Amino acid sequence: MSAVKNDMINVLSQQEIDAIEAEIEHLPDRKSAAIDALKIVQKYRGWVSDDSLRATAKLLEMSDEELDGIATFYSLIYRHPVGEKVVMYCDSVSCWIMGGNKVRDRLKEKLQIEPGQTTEDGKYTLLPVTCLGDCDHAPAMMVGDDLHHDLTPESLDKIFEEDA
Amino acid sequence: MPTIIVDGISYQVDANDNLLEALLGLGLDLPYFCWHPSMGSIGSCRQCAVIQYQDEDDQQGRLVMSCMTPVTEGAILSIDAEPAAEFRSAVIENLMINHPHDCPVCEEGGECHLQDMTVMAGHSMRHYKGLKTTHRNQYLGPLLNHEMNRCIACYRCVRYYQDYAGGTDLAVFGSRGRVYFGRHEDGVLQSEFAGNLVEVCPTGVFTDKPLSERYTRKWDLQSAPAVCTGCSMGCNISVAERYGELRRIHNRYNSEVNGYFLCDRGRFGGGFVNHEDRIRRCGVRNASGVYDPVSKQQMLEKVSALISAAGSKVVAIGSPRASLESNHLLGKLVGRENFYSGLSGREQSIINAIYAIQQTGGARIPTLREVEAADAVLILGEDVTNTSARLALSLRQTVRNRSKEMANQIQIPLWHDAAVRKLAQDEKSPLVLVTASEDRLEDVSCLTHRAGPDDTARIGYAIANIIDNRYSRPADLTDNEQTLAASIASILKNAEKPLIISGSGSLNLAVVEAAANVAWALKGENKDSGLIYCVPECNSLGVTMLHDGNSNNLDDLLSGSDDIDVAIVLENDLYRRAGSTAINSWLGKVKNLVVIDQLDNPTASVATLVLPAASFAETEGTLVNYEGRAQRSFAAFLPQGDIQGSWQWLLDIADQVGTQKFGSIRQFDQVTEDIAAQNAALSGVTKAAPDASYRSGAGQKIARMTHRASGRTAMVADVTMYEPQQPVDNTSALAFTMEGANLIKPGEVPSSLTPYIWSPGWNSNQAIIKFQAETGGALTDSDPGVRLIATASPVADLHTRHTTIPAITRHQGGSLQLVPGYHLFGSEELSAYSKAIAELTPRGYFAVHPDVAGQLGVADHDGLETQINGANVQLEVVVSESVARQCVVYSYGIDATGELVHEKRGTFKKAESWESSRPSNLIMSDR
Ligand code: SF4
Ligand code: SF4
Ligand code: FES
Repeated sequence: MSAVKNDMINVLSQQEIDAIEAEIEHLPDRKSAAIDALKIVQKYRGWVSDDSLRATAKLLEMSDEELDGIATFYSLIYRHPVGEKVVMYCDSVSCWIMGGNKVRDRLKEKLQIEPGQTTEDGKYTLLPVTCLGDCDHAPAMMVGDDLHHDLTPESLDKIFEEDA
Repeated sequence: MPTIIVDGISYQVDANDNLLEALLGLGLDLPYFCWHPSMGSIGSCRQCAVIQYQDEDDQQGRLVMSCMTPVTEGAILSIDAEPAAEFRSAVIENLMINHPHDCPVCEEGGECHLQDMTVMAGHSMRHYKGLKTTHRNQYLGPLLNHEMNRCIACYRCVRYYQDYAGGTDLAVFGSRGRVYFGRHEDGVLQSEFAGNLVEVCPTGVFTDKPLSERYTRKWDLQSAPAVCTGCSMGCNISVAERYGELRRIHNRYNSEVNGYFLCDRGRFGGGFVNHEDRIRRCGVRNASGVYDPVSKQQMLEKVSALISAAGSKVVAIGSPRASLESNHLLGKLVGRENFYSGLSGREQSIINAIYAIQQTGGARIPTLREVEAADAVLILGEDVTNTSARLALSLRQTVRNRSKEMANQIQIPLWHDAAVRKLAQDEKSPLVLVTASEDRLEDVSCLTHRAGPDDTARIGYAIANIIDNRYSRPADLTDNEQTLAASIASILKNAEKPLIISGSGSLNLAVVEAAANVAWALKGENKDSGLIYCVPECNSLGVTMLHDGNSNNLDDLLSGSDDIDVAIVLENDLYRRAGSTAINSWLGKVKNLVVIDQLDNPTASVATLVLPAASFAETEGTLVNYEGRAQRSFAAFLPQGDIQGSWQWLLDIADQVGTQKFGSIRQFDQVTEDIAAQNAALSGVTKAAPDASYRSGAGQKIARMTHRASGRTAMVADVTMYEPQQPVDNTSALAFTMEGANLIKPGEVPSSLTPYIWSPGWNSNQAIIKFQAETGGALTDSDPGVRLIATASPVADLHTRHTTIPAITRHQGGSLQLVPGYHLFGSEELSAYSKAIAELTPRGYFAVHPDVAGQLGVADHDGLETQINGANVQLEVVVSESVARQCVVYSYGIDATGELVHEKRGTFKKAESWESSRPSNLIMSDR
């Protein structure tokens, strides 16, 4: 994930605009790039603030409402600030059977936060997710872009040590 | 017609319906939320489940969503089967989990579709004991409240707002159990049709804000069937009163006119009735310019003395916003030769031309329902959304015909809303706009051309000439004009039912004539062409028809040199129609100015005698809408003070004078009969609604209140326990009653006399379903109103009628073409007094193209001034790319723009001492 995280800038950067325009080129109309554009903005800023949402809507020639409807529909587009990395542990059936709750409890203990919160140092945000497509290796979670599976409370420690 | 079997009984139904429509059409009760007769089905709420059986041997059947299931021959269904009933009850229980238990404080209570459906589905006990999801509400402007906790997530609001009405600033946010319907952030809803959410939302999320300020339950409202006076569309409304105040306006279904929807001027514009500037007493102006109140009798004696003084010269000015009856009596009182229509010369000549075209040309005048069937539309010089809003909402459906065609080709049923929209994506039937400034319909138009009125007319002439070269062609057509006209002509020629829309909006006769040429030329090509003219006010066409398009107009009077003893002005603020210098110098020749009006406007405040007139909510009247449909409007309540209907004032004056001119006319119905007898064109007006002698099947007059009314007694219970005597209504077949009564049986009461809509188990306006011959179709008792203008067969020399083609607009020594710009909120006189509307009214302005602004050396928020007929008019500058060059667009009806309406051109310069006066409410896209 890129380090550029200036959510105070309410106009889009040239990089962001170029990346969004590049997506639009493959599509029948500007609006169709909505999801990609949100992902691009999030890539650069970590999350999508109200200001960047409005700037993106303008670029896509959509109303703020139209774009915000899309942004808020997807739980992986963040409309609140998140930590440098988002820790997503799976809380659906397979992982639950295989001890997902223990993983969750250990995560809470380790990070000292509840699901939905961000650590004080701003490094991690903890979120539940329904299925990471890795059921045969349950329980699973993602830390940032990396998938981890066959988790045990002990293996968690190692993952975070390495990540630090 | 397929036959279906429902719970053992066979019925014949329409093959194009879905099961829900068919079952409701049969009069059966079946709960639903997300389906709407005008918006089709999406199958999201799961409330309308029934059991469908494979064949006679199938005992089990399967659950189907009736709104998503087409009618098929021989289908065997059950509404009552246990599994279906249980399913529906479980669905509603689920929907109710997050719904608050706040019916007693909810404005929807008592007319709530959710309440009705909950009861219908049999979910009478709540079991859920957990926490409910709660939401933060938003500020949505002065028209609507927002109470999101009540939402059941049926998605009707966004489907209506975005898909049906073309709005972009209301959406659904989030997912799963947390969906939120509202705006991106707090702010005024931008759609001109947002108010319909009050009726579209099946529960109390969106409610009428002005009503909630002085709230009354539906069952305690006293209502009447009325006609909107906001513009010439003639939408049918139900107007409701409590404690002598107008409380709210609701839609009154008329399948040919407004259907299920109104515009926000219509719904919220009635607030002027309660305005503090209402004239409530008779007044005589004294030496210091103040009005002394006098009794009604004293006033009648004074007026009568003035009129009957020997050799007295009496003239009268009528009004396009007053009823046929009032205008007719005024003409009768002073004599035809002394009656002036009250329209300016410019307006009158345009409306005369429109009326003549409607009678001779043979092009259909489509009703709003028929508008939705057109397959190509050309709008010449009319900002439809701001002058005739309901028509714009229809046009937003018209452009969907292409998608319906596509759906038909692959046999997707048209009620399958999501599928039809998916299939069509952005494909639309063509709509072409030629207007002087930005237009709200641009988002659905395939071609928009910006031109001042004269140039618009030239394009129209050119199109007609391309279609049929016998029609006149502008001599000096530019290449651009030629190309444009050719492409528009080919769009229209490719259509079967092209529709041409124009009107008096540009105050330009040539535009009107050019539009007729286009429609006639298409007719000559065997097209089923339609031609609509928007006229300025609710009865502009009516007053014009009253004297067969031959009455004298206001300018004839103002420019005359005669001294006048008495001038009677009926419901008309002259300062909106002529320059103040002309009016004031004419007033110098008038000894006594008698004004009969509702509000203390500039004309009323220079009158010698003022008589308080009833508003549309307080008296009867017949109005003629744009299509020549005469519709009767009834009083919801009797006004306080000395206020009475203008027609009643005129009857009383005639009585006092003792004139023979009125013969035996003493009653409202006799006035209407007299109009019909005296004017061939208006001979149908008596059929607009049954007269006062009408009685229902049970031999009764029709109660204005519901049978549930807590009684008018309660209103004065703090003062007296005796029931006050209710006024007797001798004018109409409606009654003021203590307790109210039921209108249970559809068809029992004529549609034109139905004050409110109610049916057992159906307390919301959706009860209308019980009064329709087929779901979403005509009313069982036919739709209200009678059309007066018959489509004549075209005469042979049509192409020779209109040949005066304006020259191309160029700068003429710094003078610019003056073009009125309209605002749904603010441009119409009476609605502008409503508090909610006033809040949305923009500041007066002169809008110019950046090039013109550059030449004049002005920028946004500067002032521009012009000298016109002795008046100096200064307004704020708005610079906009979307204003045609060579034009200055001014805010019609807002601030001092009455000075401008006479002039085609003006010379402008920067107003050096300009200081902007009040904060702007203007939505930029309106400009
Ligand atoms: S706000 Fe009303 S119309 Fe919209 S989804 Fe909720 S209940 Fe339905
Ligand atoms: S379109 Fe005209 S008649 Fe209809 S509701 Fe609006 S203002 Fe009234
Ligand atoms: S009305 Fe059929 S699913 Fe909603």
